[in-house]
Amino acid sequence: MNTVYSINGPVVKVKDTQDFSMMEMVYVGEQRLVGEVIGITDRFTTIQVYEGTTGLHPGEPVYSTGAPLSVTLGPGLLANIFDGIERPLQEIAKGSGAYIDQGVSVSPVNTDKTYDVTLTVKEGDTLHAGDIYATCPETPAIVHKCMLAPGMEGTIVKVSPNGAYRVNDTVAVLRTPDGEEKALTLCQRWPIRRPRPVKERLPIQRPLITGQRVIDTLFPIAKGGAAAIPGGFGTGKTMTQHQLAKWCDADIIVYIGCGERGNEMTQVLEEFSQLVDPKSGRAMTDRTILIANTSNMPVAAREASIYTGITLAEYYRDMGYHVAIMADSTSRWAEALREISGRLEEMPAEEGFPAYLPSRLAEFYERAGYMVNLNGTEGSVTIIGAVSPQGSDFSEPVTQNTKRFVRVFWALDKALAYARHYPAINWNSSYSEYVDELKPFYDKQYGEDFLKCRQRVSNILMEEAQLMEIVKLIGADVLPEDQKLTIETARLIRVGFLQQNAFHAEDTYVPLEKQLGMMQVILYFYDQAMKKVKEGIPVSLINKTGIEDSIVKIKYNVPNNDLEKLKEYYPMIDEKLAEVK
Amino acid sequence: MSVQVLGLKEINGPLVVLDNVEGVGYDEMAEVILTDGSRRLGRVVQIEGKRVVLQVFQGTSGVALNNVRTSFQGHPMEMPLSPEVMGRIFNGAGTPVDGLGPIFATKREDINGKPLNPVSREYPVNYIRTGISSIDALATLIRGQKLPIFSGSGMSHNKLAAQIVKQARISDDKGEKFAVVFAAMGVTNDVADYFKRQFEESGVLERVVMFLNLSSDPIIERILTPRCALTVAEYLAFEQNMHILVILTDMTSYAEALREFSSSKGEIPGRKGYPGYLYSDLASIYERAGIVKGINGSVTQIPILTMPNDDITHPVPDLTGYITEGQIVLDRNLDQTGVYPPVSVLPSLSRLMKDGIGEGYTRADHPGVSNQLFSAYAKVQDARSLASVIGEEELSEADKRYLEFGRMFEKHFLNQGFSENRTIEQTLDLGWDLLSLLPREELDRLDDKLIDQYYDPERAARFRQ
Repeated sequence: MNTVYSINGPVVKVKDTQDFSMMEMVYVGEQRLVGEVIGITDRFTTIQVYEGTTGLHPGEPVYSTGAPLSVTLGPGLLANIFDGIERPLQEIAKGSGAYIDQGVSVSPVNTDKTYDVTLTVKEGDTLHAGDIYATCPETPAIVHKCMLAPGMEGTIVKVSPNGAYRVNDTVAVLRTPDGEEKALTLCQRWPIRRPRPVKERLPIQRPLITGQRVIDTLFPIAKGGAAAIPGGFGTGKTMTQHQLAKWCDADIIVYIGCGERGNEMTQVLEEFSQLVDPKSGRAMTDRTILIANTSNMPVAAREASIYTGITLAEYYRDMGYHVAIMADSTSRWAEALREISGRLEEMPAEEGFPAYLPSRLAEFYERAGYMVNLNGTEGSVTIIGAVSPQGSDFSEPVTQNTKRFVRVFWALDKALAYARHYPAINWNSSYSEYVDELKPFYDKQYGEDFLKCRQRVSNILMEEAQLMEIVKLIGADVLPEDQKLTIETARLIRVGFLQQNAFHAEDTYVPLEKQLGMMQVILYFYDQAMKKVKEGIPVSLINKTGIEDSIVKIKYNVPNNDLEKLKEYYPMIDEKLAEVK
Repeated sequence: MSVQVLGLKEINGPLVVLDNVEGVGYDEMAEVILTDGSRRLGRVVQIEGKRVVLQVFQGTSGVALNNVRTSFQGHPMEMPLSPEVMGRIFNGAGTPVDGLGPIFATKREDINGKPLNPVSREYPVNYIRTGISSIDALATLIRGQKLPIFSGSGMSHNKLAAQIVKQARISDDKGEKFAVVFAAMGVTNDVADYFKRQFEESGVLERVVMFLNLSSDPIIERILTPRCALTVAEYLAFEQNMHILVILTDMTSYAEALREFSSSKGEIPGRKGYPGYLYSDLASIYERAGIVKGINGSVTQIPILTMPNDDITHPVPDLTGYITEGQIVLDRNLDQTGVYPPVSVLPSLSRLMKDGIGEGYTRADHPGVSNQLFSAYAKVQDARSLASVIGEEELSEADKRYLEFGRMFEKHFLNQGFSENRTIEQTLDLGWDLLSLLPREELDRLDDKLIDQYYDPERAARFRQ
């Protein structure tokens, strides 16, 4: 019998035993607190406990499970909310009230609910890992596909008829090559720290369309890519994550609230259940899995929540879905690593973070990708991680290390947020490395003009940044007229295009066709006005025509479903410019 | 049955080590009894086999290895609770110090609390009118929110907190009960007295529960102070159905106490010597604000912290800002020019206001007005920095209008004095008066309809006299 020897916060040690293996899941104490083995020496086995250890005594038993920390994968995950180790919060609330008790044990998926299962195999079929043997509608929007767990193969010897089954009911029996018979249910288990295997990784080829202009146009993210959103507090990280979760064209969203505010998770829950997914016409929650390990919940479970989230995402990717993960925030996860590392008295590297921080970050971001799954379907996992840099200083270790593993960087800017320019993504310090890889897609779908316009828009913004250096020293009045026009146009782009109102029904999501149309109108104005300026007309007169005012309001006045209206702007610009003399 | 141990093995600052102890749990409370009969409270912070590390709250002066007896109590630190706590004054460790005797507890609760399940929370949407324009219009306080005041030494944060307590309409008119829980951590005697006087003057003293840990009191108790206070707040809110406003001052002293304690335990320090778990620790305090579904009570927190050297990137304000739902930042320049309250508008923010203002809550034009005021005031800063280089005379006409707007905004909108209590209508109308100083085409954050309804250059005439 193994017993607790020492206790220090979430770190518990067991003395003189050889019964445990690394990363094994264990139950600690009479209350059966969930824990994981994180270190073994000849004298001590070190365990991190995923719950509070208040009241734990030395001498209480520690139970081995023989398996690494795993999650249950099966129907019932969608539209649900879990803590960092996949315990359903709604069920916990039913059982133990408003507060989360220690040692609560609840099945992650509802084991009483029945699903309308269709078997897709017959007796005698040979199945390999990843092959689908049954399907069922998990929510009205998503069909769940039950797959043979990686590592398994064999012949189907018995199939149940189609009908209603619970997740733990046997729907088929498989005979493995060594003659063993295994019952197949609707669910399986998988260790959270091991990536689920795939057949091969495909090159990046399609964008994840978000309907946010500054992202889709200037800094696009690809399906299967990884992006970071760093920003100090109050710059709108969470708001941007919420917008992406609501509008991006992934099939399934996994939203990880990692060490963030409780009220924020409540807001996501409420908002998503009221929002309607434009594609399926159903509630947004039907395609969403929430993982909430708020800042006051146990720190070790916060560390696990990131892995739990990505494992669930990979499971749905294996079915052939496109999954997007929002992790808010990865800095809190890194801090959990630091906190536990400190308790283990490990040698700290930069700012107290453990030396293995970069490799852990890499392991996480590398689980993103556009894959051919074991069963031949294609699916993707896209990771969008928020970073909360200490003191808003982007040179701190988490931001710097994250930058090495992501290819899209949306830098949020305090000055923009202070002026209430949202999304406060700074166009000078952000970047996306996917533009070249996505070029064929954009060219084919929206015409070559899209990327040309994009380039011109970003050139104008660049030029403005340089001109502003001069304006800051000597004022705008002394600039030559053509440069004044550039500054005016850049203002149009900033206010009329980049700034986007998440609370406005028309502006919260904008299709790429309209994004292109808006750019074209702005650039048309720029070209025509430039001709006028070359003829010697001062910019101040052009300002008075009111053209700019109406261009700024295109975002509200041209509905997403009536883009024909954009064409009215060209004659309007011509007419009004013609009047200027 | 409780475990008793004679003598100690080691003493190190506020920590004592006991050997050969059995049957003691993590986080358990203990009483250290000296041979002269005096008693001190302690808490188990580490267990290694039979070796137990105990943190002694009143410090270890006078404690020797052989003059003490330790009695373990078999449960974690608890706070006695009953409706009688109203109007009482406690020390930092939750012992009454007002000479009115002990609390007759109807129940006792672990002061560490338990994490509130996010699915059991109700998303806060009801605004609290504080009567202060800069807060009501620009960083609206919502019931169930945690909204800290970031200040610096010597600024008027205490005055502001007192004014909020005096003016805030915490509960609606429906006869709902409200109370204030006030926790002082490491503040001077004068500050504690100031608050006591202010509570008395505004007639709420019998609805205030005070926890006083003065700057000369033991730092170990300071770590317990906010936890005791919040346990009382949660009890009153969620079991007695009251609306509770919690004022925690000063969180920087709290964090420093935590640092001192951490270093005496020999832990590996993080940034500026603060322990690596400062974020989680602060979160375990701030996250205890909120509303529970189905219960007609709420905990609203206004923590106050002084930013060392006015540095907002210092770990304490920085980590606080990441946990709380916005912040009200005070500005030293405004303070010195005599503006009260000296709220620095641009970095101040309330994350919950977007769902608690506008039609049906405050007034339909509120979101637009606050947005426009922010954006206009941001432009004032640009114009000012340009003026400081090229001189005000050389500015463009538009920039000059912004400078004028900025001056009037600070003079009339921000500066309102300690005794003025403005309704939300007054505040928003004042906002329109000021916006009317600007040319109409500069109002790019407002709907044309609203501009037609409210914008009128005549409104601004009084500022120009």
